[in-house]
Amino acid sequence: MALRATYREASGVTVVDIGGRITLGEGSALLRKTIRELLEEQRTMILLNLADVDYIDSSGIGELVSAYTGVKNRGGNLKLLHLTKKVHDLLQLTKLFTVFEVYSDENSALRSYQ
Amino acid sequence: MTEDSKHLEVTLETQVESVNLAEEMCLRVAEAAGFGEDDCYRIGMSVREGVINAFHYGNEERPEKKIHLALDLTPEKMVIHVLDEGRGFDLSRVPDPLAEENLLSTSGRGIFLMRAFMDEFEVIPGRTGGAEIVMSKKLPSPGSTGMNGTSQGAAPKKES
Repeated sequence: MALRATYREASGVTVVDIGGRITLGEGSALLRKTIRELLEEQRTMILLNLADVDYIDSSGIGELVSAYTGVKNRGGNLKLLHLTKKVHDLLQLTKLFTVFEVYSDENSALRSYQ
Repeated sequence: MTEDSKHLEVTLETQVESVNLAEEMCLRVAEAAGFGEDDCYRIGMSVREGVINAFHYGNEERPEKKIHLALDLTPEKMVIHVLDEGRGFDLSRVPDPLAEENLLSTSGRGIFLMRAFMDEFEVIPGRTGGAEIVMSKKLPSPGSTGMNGTSQGAAPKKES
């Protein structure tokens, strides 16, 4: 399934709802484009809602890391929300759980930016 | 190769689409061989990573080069070969993606994932002069719960 991404504003945070596969090619490219657009609009508090992301490969992991560091370098913060089991386990396996702040509840995630 | 073994071989173009194609092909074989859902996920991911490795690092995304994918299905295991037409590489020189200094690297996790998801993994010099990834997964034993994808390993399990 192709990746899709839409975003909305909530409590000063841009919540990006993502669905599909973040893999080499279009999936990774769309995530990169979305983050670039948000940074161009000076939106640097970003919450990626991955509830509907059922698959990520190493290219997608690399894109998530790139998004994280890109946002950090702009003085912002990128956090993750609602990981599926596969994505959760993949981040754990690659030790990226120690890097990303991950939330299972949107309100808690939004409060963490304040 | 015994009479009970099956062999499948395909030559892929050096392009992004080959990654999905290889994954889909191997998944069909894995499903037909009786692997459970979780093992199919691990096999599919490993094939993706092997072909991404060949596409990007081995063949350096050069379209005139090919990626050679082969599958051997024996009564014991499924063996996957991914051969590129690059210059080969030394596995011992691949950086550890779990090292603190590499955690924020945007690449370099493919080999790690293949090692984590497959039962056997090695890189040998290929007949093309490039690198050949050889990896295998043991078939679930008859009557085992592996059909439902509950084999061991660090890999993710199906989302409930």
